[in-house]
Amino acid sequence: MKHATGLRLAGLALGAAVLAAPGIAEAQGNLTLYCTVQEEWCRAMVQAFEKKTGIKVAMTRKSSGELYAQVKAESANPKGDIWWGGTGDPHLQAAEEGLTEEYTSAMNKELHPWAIKQWEQSKKRTVGVYAGALGYGFNTKQIAEKKLAEPKCWSDLLDPKLKDEVQVADPNSSGTSYTMLATMVQLMGEEKGFDYLKKLHKNINQYTKSGAAPAKATSLGETTIGITFQHDLVTFVVQGAPIKVVAPCEGTGYEIGSMSLIKGAKNMKEAKTWYDWALTAEAQTIGGQAKAYQVPSNRNAKAPPQAPDFSKIKFIEYDFAKYGSSAERRRLLSKWDAEVKNLPK
Amino acid sequence: MTRAVRLWLAVGWAGALVLPWYAIDGSFWDFAWLAKYPGDATAPLLLQVLAHGRWWLLPVPLALLAATAALALGRDDARLARLLVGTGVAGLLLMLAEGAAIDHRGWSWAWLQALAGTSGPKQSGMGYGALVLSLAFVMLACQGLAARGWCRGDAFTVGAIALVVALVGVFVFFPVLEILFSAVKDNDGRFAPAEFVQKFFDRSVWGLDCLHSSLRCGVAWNTLFLAVVVGAGSTLIGLAFALIATRTDFPFKGLLKVMSVLPIITPPFVIGLAMILLFGRSGLVTGLLYDWFAVPRSRWIYGLQGVAIAQLLAFSPIAFLVLIGVVQGVSPSLEEASQTLRAKGWTTFNTVTLPLIRPGLANAFLLGFVESMADFGNPLVLAGNYEVLATKIFFAVVGASHDQGRAAVLAIILLAFTLGAFYAQHAWLGRKSYTTVTGKGDAGLAVPLPRGLRRLCYAVAGPFALLTAVTYATILIASFWNTVGRDYSLTLQHYVTGFSVEWGARGLHFTGSAWDSFWTTIQIAAVSAPLTAAIGLMTAYLLTRQKFAGQRAFEFGTMLSFAIPGTVIGVSYILAFNVPPIELTGTGVILVICFVFRNMPVGVRSGIAALSQIDKSLDEASLTLGARTFATVRRVVLPLLRPAMVSALVYSFVRAMTAVSAVIFLVTAQYNMATAYIVGRVEAGEYGLAIAYSNVLIAVMLGAILLIQLAVGERRLGRRQPQAVLAVQAGG
Repeated sequence: MKHATGLRLAGLALGAAVLAAPGIAEAQGNLTLYCTVQEEWCRAMVQAFEKKTGIKVAMTRKSSGELYAQVKAESANPKGDIWWGGTGDPHLQAAEEGLTEEYTSAMNKELHPWAIKQWEQSKKRTVGVYAGALGYGFNTKQIAEKKLAEPKCWSDLLDPKLKDEVQVADPNSSGTSYTMLATMVQLMGEEKGFDYLKKLHKNINQYTKSGAAPAKATSLGETTIGITFQHDLVTFVVQGAPIKVVAPCEGTGYEIGSMSLIKGAKNMKEAKTWYDWALTAEAQTIGGQAKAYQVPSNRNAKAPPQAPDFSKIKFIEYDFAKYGSSAERRRLLSKWDAEVKNLPK
Repeated sequence: MTRAVRLWLAVGWAGALVLPWYAIDGSFWDFAWLAKYPGDATAPLLLQVLAHGRWWLLPVPLALLAATAALALGRDDARLARLLVGTGVAGLLLMLAEGAAIDHRGWSWAWLQALAGTSGPKQSGMGYGALVLSLAFVMLACQGLAARGWCRGDAFTVGAIALVVALVGVFVFFPVLEILFSAVKDNDGRFAPAEFVQKFFDRSVWGLDCLHSSLRCGVAWNTLFLAVVVGAGSTLIGLAFALIATRTDFPFKGLLKVMSVLPIITPPFVIGLAMILLFGRSGLVTGLLYDWFAVPRSRWIYGLQGVAIAQLLAFSPIAFLVLIGVVQGVSPSLEEASQTLRAKGWTTFNTVTLPLIRPGLANAFLLGFVESMADFGNPLVLAGNYEVLATKIFFAVVGASHDQGRAAVLAIILLAFTLGAFYAQHAWLGRKSYTTVTGKGDAGLAVPLPRGLRRLCYAVAGPFALLTAVTYATILIASFWNTVGRDYSLTLQHYVTGFSVEWGARGLHFTGSAWDSFWTTIQIAAVSAPLTAAIGLMTAYLLTRQKFAGQRAFEFGTMLSFAIPGTVIGVSYILAFNVPPIELTGTGVILVICFVFRNMPVGVRSGIAALSQIDKSLDEASLTLGARTFATVRRVVLPLLRPAMVSALVYSFVRAMTAVSAVIFLVTAQYNMATAYIVGRVEAGEYGLAIAYSNVLIAVMLGAILLIQLAVGERRLGRRQPQAVLAVQAGG
């Protein structure tokens, strides 16, 4: 048994690998931010916050669905402190499951009613930080090539000439698309809403996985029409893509980008500092500078000039409490799966 | 034996007396904890018991004490071996029990709380001390087992098996079981077998509607069909390239190698993106076809065809890497014998060469099959309405339905397919011998390919090479386009955004937005690659050269993490390693471990394929000459395994730099990976920066591959060099 050298070497190698840093560093005045909007916006927010407060921010950026899964998986031993941005449904779901903490900010009085409603419905666990309207965009070149009239309403998308020309995400995978499903149900009633979706199915070329993907595809001309949030389309318009954004004439739904304190946060004090700061008018104007075109929730914050003008959009009374609950969501999704997705073209 | 035992006892005591028992906050290079040593958080095991009142740890050092006392029996006493095994196993079990029973919140089991009536004592995750001591316990038990005659009394073999089993158990089985249990739970964590049955037999999984109507088939059939197509296709293409590279006088072999290696060093999404830019409805090629031949623009690329092409581009090179080693290993003297017996070129190839490379073919197919099933990036971009399991699982976890149970059910189906492929491969290979590298004189010259076959190889490889070239040209050029797909004016802007460097007051400043994730990725990949190759090849050696109980199960276990889609691995790692006793989330270590055990199967596969060609008599000769197992491995087996070593190193390095679905859950602010960053860019529609970053990664990986090949070198198989023969003829 003199020849255990190999084992020793293997042991050393393994040791060296495992030795590298169990646990994460947490000094005074630190904050772990889970950010679920575009990278630039996250970075700009972090820089401004660090400058203002001197608190050091470690930021992780992910999509809101991924982050909800992570917060849930980590709930026994939370690693994050605050979850900022991203569509409201996963925030509401986290609130429903008690993954997030109640908080009443002094800034609440400066917020739009829709932001406060989100906060009340979640029993103080999540608050609105911005809003985005649902809509669609069309590729102006392709519409001109096909000699079609510019679409203006949801009903225009049922035109048989648009067969295989409309793209929207799969509501099972995308919160954006689920917002559309819930919007149709609220706008037309459940039966007629599903009728509409069944007819629309004939014109759909692909149910994408990611909610914003139809915006990209429209900008490249891979599809003529993409249904998504209007601010996602504006991003491409600003880049010079031949897209025209449509706020459908019948009325449309919207999302409330939200913010939640994570239950059991290790830096609760700093997290609350962020929470209060992120609701100020000053913090909410950062979005526009970082090429994000959502509408801020603070009444004193100016929306970026390119953002969709909410005063000109016809909105529906979107019931976030009902359509954000996991039971209703599951019911509508399985109905959509059974009645729409598997229809023959 | 006593020397090794004393050594491991010393290691164990070092773990118990010196090293901090619990995990320490801060990075590996952060030694701030030394200042507080030995405080409550940093004290070693014995001090934790004596000074900090952690009484439940006491049995652990007692087990070590018992092992030490056993030494007094003397080396010839049979009781010594039994005691070593007993104390080693007991020590491990005690550590396991105390770690599982008490976590950071107190008692972890409800019945313990009820019994004690309190929330119980608290402890954090295990640290260096626990790691070293558990290693010592394992090795002491192995010394005992070897002394009792296991594996012919070879302590190296017993220790190696135990080490691999322990590692695979902790880092593969434990997390995987954790997530599989969630398959039979509903979303609130209650036991719900009915829901499992309903999810498992759902029509969206097993439906066969596509056979008789325009409806789509179930996701399971889709995945299976795609995987078979890609597995077979990539094996064929890989074989064609391997034959051209080894058996023809094709003048640009170097180019061939680089070109076929390119797709695996390409970050995910990029091939898919390039395919869309070329063949999408507004793609370049589509546009040309429309302008020149009035071929109508269509969306044909979105679907089975598109994914299959992208996956062939991505995975054929893996088949090539596996097959080239195997084809090289086929002994020319067997082929020469066949020709001496007047067999035609075709007959020789069909009856000698082809059967001898069957292990390679089977392994290449298996890898292509499994890779296709686990692939996430290409289906995400290109699958259109053709659903596959990998993306479906991802969106079951992160999508609007947030259904982890469904993800686990689909993961089980995926696992079953892989398991099936694994057994089918075993059945096909059977018990035949594929040995071609023996210790006997073997100085033949490789037989050139028969002409028909050569043409066939070129016919397969040519179009593939052309497609690869066009795809990569697009990727290269696209990074200089102002706005990909729309504004084709040239710019350096994307590289400046990502990788700008400024000369500041205190030297070089990396101001580009991509630098952080870039350095992290390089570090993680560089650490995980050699570990992966080492553990992979060691496992392959144990599987082919040693006989032990449960070998098949062991082999399957090592394949397991590869078969499970990255998303599931990512989530299971968070579930398993977020809380004590093993708390790793948020560190770089969890990324390294994830890569090591996810990519280890490639090391195992290529090691097995290479080892099954090397005659055991070589090992036996070395053993007969008095060399121990370790010396034999180092001096005889390893040098012959060089091609396998290269492919294991290259593959694990590259995978660590390009994996996406597993790491997306594991990256943090401090440890962000390049791919996670690229995914963010793609999501934001910044294709330019995403492609530019990918190009930088490709360049880095190419450099790394060349370095690895230089460092490891070629294996020398005592065969004549054709040039030498020519020189002799010319001189004669």
